[in-house]
Amino acid sequence: MTGAAAENPTVPSLRARFGAAVGRSAVVSGATVVWVEAGRAHEILTWLRDDPGQRYDYLVDVTAVEYRDRELPLEVVYQLRSLARTAMLRVKIDLPKAGPLEVDSVVDLWSGADWLEREVWDMFGVRFRGHPDLRRILMWENYSEGHPLRKDFPLRGRFSRSEQVRRALSAGLDAHYSLDELNIADAYDELPADVRERLAARRERER
Amino acid sequence: MAERRVLELALATPGMDAAGQPTRVPLVAAAPGGAEPELQTDHMLINIGPQHPATHGVLRLVVELDGEVVVRVIPHIGYLHSGFEKLGEYRHYNQIIPLTDRTDYLSAPANNVAFALAAEQLMGIEITERCRVLRVIACELSRIISHLVWAGTTAIDIGAFTVFLWMFQERERVYNLIEEWTGARLTTTLTRVGGLMADVPDGWTGRLRDWCTRFPKTLDEVDRMLLRNGIWLGRTQDVGVMTAAEAIDYSLSGPMLRASGVAFDVRKDHPYLGYETYDFEVPVGEHGDVYDRYLVRMEEMRQSVRILLQALERLPDGPINASDPRVILPPKRRLMSDMESMIHHFKQVMEGVPAPVGEVYVPVENPKGELGTYLVSDGSAKPVRWRIRPPSFLNIAALPKMAEGHLLSDLIAINASVDIVMGEIDR
Amino acid sequence: MELNDPRGPAGPDAALRQGFVSPNWVTTRLDDLVNWSRANSLWPMAFGTACCAIEFMATAASRFDLARFGMERVAYSPRQADVLICAGRLPFKLAPVIRRVWDQMPQPKWCISMGACASTGGIFDNYAMVQGIDTIVPVDVYVPGCPPRPEGLLYGILMLQKKIKRESVFDPSLRVEQLADQSGLYLEPAAVDEVSEPFGNSVHQTRSA
Repeated sequence: MTGAAAENPTVPSLRARFGAAVGRSAVVSGATVVWVEAGRAHEILTWLRDDPGQRYDYLVDVTAVEYRDRELPLEVVYQLRSLARTAMLRVKIDLPKAGPLEVDSVVDLWSGADWLEREVWDMFGVRFRGHPDLRRILMWENYSEGHPLRKDFPLRGRFSRSEQVRRALSAGLDAHYSLDELNIADAYDELPADVRERLAARRERER
Repeated sequence: MAERRVLELALATPGMDAAGQPTRVPLVAAAPGGAEPELQTDHMLINIGPQHPATHGVLRLVVELDGEVVVRVIPHIGYLHSGFEKLGEYRHYNQIIPLTDRTDYLSAPANNVAFALAAEQLMGIEITERCRVLRVIACELSRIISHLVWAGTTAIDIGAFTVFLWMFQERERVYNLIEEWTGARLTTTLTRVGGLMADVPDGWTGRLRDWCTRFPKTLDEVDRMLLRNGIWLGRTQDVGVMTAAEAIDYSLSGPMLRASGVAFDVRKDHPYLGYETYDFEVPVGEHGDVYDRYLVRMEEMRQSVRILLQALERLPDGPINASDPRVILPPKRRLMSDMESMIHHFKQVMEGVPAPVGEVYVPVENPKGELGTYLVSDGSAKPVRWRIRPPSFLNIAALPKMAEGHLLSDLIAINASVDIVMGEIDR
Repeated sequence: MELNDPRGPAGPDAALRQGFVSPNWVTTRLDDLVNWSRANSLWPMAFGTACCAIEFMATAASRFDLARFGMERVAYSPRQADVLICAGRLPFKLAPVIRRVWDQMPQPKWCISMGACASTGGIFDNYAMVQGIDTIVPVDVYVPGCPPRPEGLLYGILMLQKKIKRESVFDPSLRVEQLADQSGLYLEPAAVDEVSEPFGNSVHQTRSA
């Protein structure tokens, strides 16, 4: 991978356009990384996708990084690529752990972000505002041990092995079906009462 | 000529046009509402998987059906979630390489190479020329064996059982070669940071060359079976179409992206391992349906053979490991006699090789798509974050887009054409 | 007859077996016939999850060929299967699925745990992985390997065949269906914890550098 040591020309254009919302930038192992403010991140990413000089039309990845140093903030990382210019850019958002772990979703910009953001929610507990269906994707729906890739989550989980086996085996219907799916099932009448209550409550909330 | 006319009438598909090219037959799926609109029907909710022979792993598809037409399909993944990324934070870089085998287990050497490239870029290590060419050989062999499994399982899902046996027999022949080199058939752990686990044995290159000359004949036989087969055409053409714009929007990669007409291949656009010096073509489709994906993958196998032959021609002599004693284990002879070598060995095995502070994202063209390895280091011997950007994860996320409106049997064909491996999706 | 032979009146299971017919020439011949037919026509329920599933497919393909051992038809419906071959790692999310598939299989049924991950959790000693499917389903034969070579799986199958040939049709304790206790577990919690705990060097892997 021979990347130019020079900074991606997008960064000065970003600074010119968005000013203070664009934080520091660096060239790390040949790749350009730029930090942006969480509040304007969605606007910045929209501009990166749509501006004719940038055209980052391909979303490579959305992920998060938590450092071992507890003082450092959680980073949400977007890897972008412009297919036409074969250029890559890494955009990061710092989320201080003291505050809410929330950013705006980019599903409206790139459809591939749908599942990627769900995974970040599942593994790190970062909420994506505006995501159509933010629920766990790798663990089961009502997994209650926490968010596995956080550094305070132990490697072997929080519960004892027998407790983990017990919970896995007795996870009910909601562990494996989303409320959306239970809505369309023909066997609605056969659903357990508590599941039906949750469906009704959700319908109320959405009304 | 007369026989073919009878066959065409019987199958009601034209088959071939005057130029000898397979004609494209528009597939008319039954519109929701169906042929009998006055019949009161409900939609069915069907669960396919996670234990199912045709889901290619533990994928669960919850399908809402109106008769045979798929109204909605909701894929559920996570049934093979093994905590790879969490485990990686507790392992040295060389200890992570066996883990990479188990993500995309159909093309393990390619995963090993992908991770080793990322770790080497992070640590600033330059590999030798022989290592580079051997890694290209490993990657292309992985591409072929992965596509062999894909071809076999897709064929068997659509009904052609013989192709499955042929493909697995070819895979066994490659297994022999891989086993001679690495000792394992499937989970190879081929690379180390800075080099390889071992050099190829004597005569191996000759055996690989022999296999390369015989393998295209098997591909031709498969084409004779499937390429102009009326059933195959009817089941795969215009099924599961993704346009180029949709493919980019959904972040598809690999043959899925190229079959939709987007000419992007990491080997050409972000070259690594010297791919820019090899002479090969990247097949790009037009229609983005299952048939085009079949054509793209079959041609990719042929191009891989071309690359393999070139790599065998240019394979130089020399060491396979970089000459960096901090990173490469010393040979046993030196270890047992030389104090300094023993200290290096001890430090590498017990403490691991520390990587400088920084991060790196290295994409490679895996058989399934763009496999990215994102490594973040804080200066210690274990990464702070090991992120695998899984191509199949994004490819299968587009399944609802591809399959809704098609028949249930098309859903199976589309699922097969995505070429997923659950180990990579769920990690 | 050996002292610990479960078929004998002094065997460890004597208390369980009510209505057990004392072995005689007729029963042993019948046992031989039934065991021979069961052992040589085991239809596998291939519960393939990961890499071991690929080696299972390779064992079923033409080079190693499971069909010559009686596994002619891989049963994809548990209702028609005899032996559950769990090929691959089993995460907790998949645990209720394998239990349900096992419960759906009619007796007589056996289980082969193929690979290190299915047997003990393998290299995945973490929050997501079941540390051995024997905490969830009763296993008859464990096949080690990561993945086991096809010859290894075949050896495991032959071992199971030998085990089946030692059984007796008249021993009801062999065909008891395992039920969950009140907490939903199939083994005692202490037993689950004991077989799942890390051993040897694994206990130190939270140490960094």
